[in-house]
Amino acid sequence: MKKLLYIFVIIFFQFNAAYSLIEVDITRGNLDPLPIAVSPLHVDNKSENYEDIKVKELGDLVSSVIEKNFLSTGLFNPLDKDAFVQKPDIAHLKPRFEDWRLITAQALVTGKLLIKDGKLKVEFRLWDLAASQEMIAIAFTTTPSNWRRVAHIISDKIYERLTGESGYFDTRIIYVSETGLKTARVKRLAIMDQDGANTKYLTLGNELVLTPRFSPTNQLVTYMSYFRNLPRVYLLDIETGTQEVVGNFPGMTFAPRFSPDGKKIIMSFAKEGNSDIYTMDLESRLVEKITEDSSIDTSPSFSPDGKYICFNSDRSGLQQIYTMKSDGTNVKRISFGNGIYGTPVWSPRGDLIAFTKMRAGKFYIGVMRSDGTGERLLTENYYQEAPSWSPNGRLLVFYRETKSGKDGLGFTAKLWSIDITGYNERELKTETDASDPSWSSLLSK
Amino acid sequence: MTKSLIYSLSFHAVMILLTVLSLPFMIRQPVDLPPIISVELIQISNKTNIPFAPKARKVIEKVKEKEERVVSEQAPPSAKAKEKPDRIPLPKKQDEKKELVKKKQNPKEIKPEIRQASEFEKKEIIDTNQIAALIDKAKEESAKVKKNDKKLTQSSVKNSFATGLTLSEEDALRAQIFGCWTVPLGLPYDDNLLVRIKLELKQDGTIGKSEILDHERMNRPGQKFYKVLAESALRAVRICQPLRVPQTGYDKWKTIQLNFNPTEMLKG
Repeated sequence: MKKLLYIFVIIFFQFNAAYSLIEVDITRGNLDPLPIAVSPLHVDNKSENYEDIKVKELGDLVSSVIEKNFLSTGLFNPLDKDAFVQKPDIAHLKPRFEDWRLITAQALVTGKLLIKDGKLKVEFRLWDLAASQEMIAIAFTTTPSNWRRVAHIISDKIYERLTGESGYFDTRIIYVSETGLKTARVKRLAIMDQDGANTKYLTLGNELVLTPRFSPTNQLVTYMSYFRNLPRVYLLDIETGTQEVVGNFPGMTFAPRFSPDGKKIIMSFAKEGNSDIYTMDLESRLVEKITEDSSIDTSPSFSPDGKYICFNSDRSGLQQIYTMKSDGTNVKRISFGNGIYGTPVWSPRGDLIAFTKMRAGKFYIGVMRSDGTGERLLTENYYQEAPSWSPNGRLLVFYRETKSGKDGLGFTAKLWSIDITGYNERELKTETDASDPSWSSLLSK
Repeated sequence: MTKSLIYSLSFHAVMILLTVLSLPFMIRQPVDLPPIISVELIQISNKTNIPFAPKARKVIEKVKEKEERVVSEQAPPSAKAKEKPDRIPLPKKQDEKKELVKKKQNPKEIKPEIRQASEFEKKEIIDTNQIAALIDKAKEESAKVKKNDKKLTQSSVKNSFATGLTLSEEDALRAQIFGCWTVPLGLPYDDNLLVRIKLELKQDGTIGKSEILDHERMNRPGQKFYKVLAESALRAVRICQPLRVPQTGYDKWKTIQLNFNPTEMLKG
């Protein structure tokens, strides 16, 4: 009897205690970029010089690349190194958290490097300063000339740890380099790191080149150029430099793109005023016709799972975006807004389709869901087109042209990037004018 | 049979007794309070950090221009302050509280910063919703002075059972954490992004113990975004400490749960 009474009493006290817990809902915060301190990497005293790399400066250089990467995202605010209290040689061992909190940093990157026997060893640590604990620690070994890539890989790891999504720093962008007057442009294929470094030119500029696209492995590039005065789709191996015409089509082929598994190329083939979409298997060389319509169907792009294709077509009278299954069935129109839609590209995440829209003499880069809902125009300009997704689906790179004056003077074409939120629009610096960018997937997977 | 009946009746009697004792509203009659105005308001204002001061100042300046005395406790001259208790009719039951209030109304005891903070009061006095919350606070103070007086007001009962903080205290805490929480901008807004953190606080508002209630979710595959969000929320709380908590009623707020949900903000 007594026991039961005790149980009742306990139950009632617990009941009351549960009611007394205070709950406060926090539904807002600040959207400022996260303050992060990137301490220069400590250079081990045993390090040796390697070719033209000044080993003593390498720690600063690596941290500088990481800082620039973070700054470009708009999500992080790398703090000024002059404000750092703790020196790198001590910081990489055990940071004095209070010193870093003093400068309002919330995260800290420390590390050290060593060049010995022709090999570069880099290790870094990411610290949560509020919790005073390590969040991630990784070491890499590579050839010293790869130090920039190491910096990009470190940036990717930190980005992923702090945002939850994969990074996009260890990537390249292929584009069409343009020089000369507008009326006599020389166009070459060029490739660079996503931050604009290490630019290399892949073609000489004898022929016009357009719409280069990376294969998923980043080793191959498909693009459009001229063969016997006909626009044709080409395939280029970046490592070996070999190139070939894709397929033996009795007409013009253009707007090529790889399938997500890299085994097929999808493109448009135009003949006698009609344009349809075709795929070609790169192993068997078998060609398959996907669309069969009297209209102009072009700019095909696979969904990341390879099951669907988005493309544009003027079958409704105006150029609009459509989706269909990868075998060409179940065609659906998904764009219904005012204006003309073009260059649809499926996001690597699979949720969005980016496009170019022309309305009332202005060009817009926008995104919509894959069912056509939720259209958002991210940026407006005089002339801009050809969006390409970063491998994590967060950014779009595209090109923008300015009006030219008399005789083509004053004309420029530049690469720009923008976040899918519509913020953080910025120009990507290139050695020459540039157009038709295509973003590679991550080089280190 | 008889024995069982006796047991049954006894149990039921115990149940009823416990219910009556446990649910205060069954025995405690709500006190029908007139809309009293208390100098306790000053203390609450001092602890509150709601950013409506400029608006309040405008109201105050407007009132000053009209040379209307809203309440005497705002006026610095001591002579006027002394007049105030006579002007405010208080019910007989509140005599003890009145004495307490009178003591605190003495302008000599009002620190400069408190006097400055009291500018909020005129706004709050005009805002009837705020008055209710502030009266609650005054009641809590009175109840503390009268240690053995168990006659809690209806409002204070509600506060201790439902939230344990007055609206202004809750707002102050919320506003403080808003400033400390850097929301990760890369989060998808269509996921379930509620992070619940339970805190055990010390009396000075610093954190004794913190726990993410759904911490097992952090390490599940495909929950990277949740992990990032949870870490950012925990970081915010740590950066913010000491939290702005009331000076009294520690037992009520020593354990507190913060529910972080950025969904609306990410949707824009």
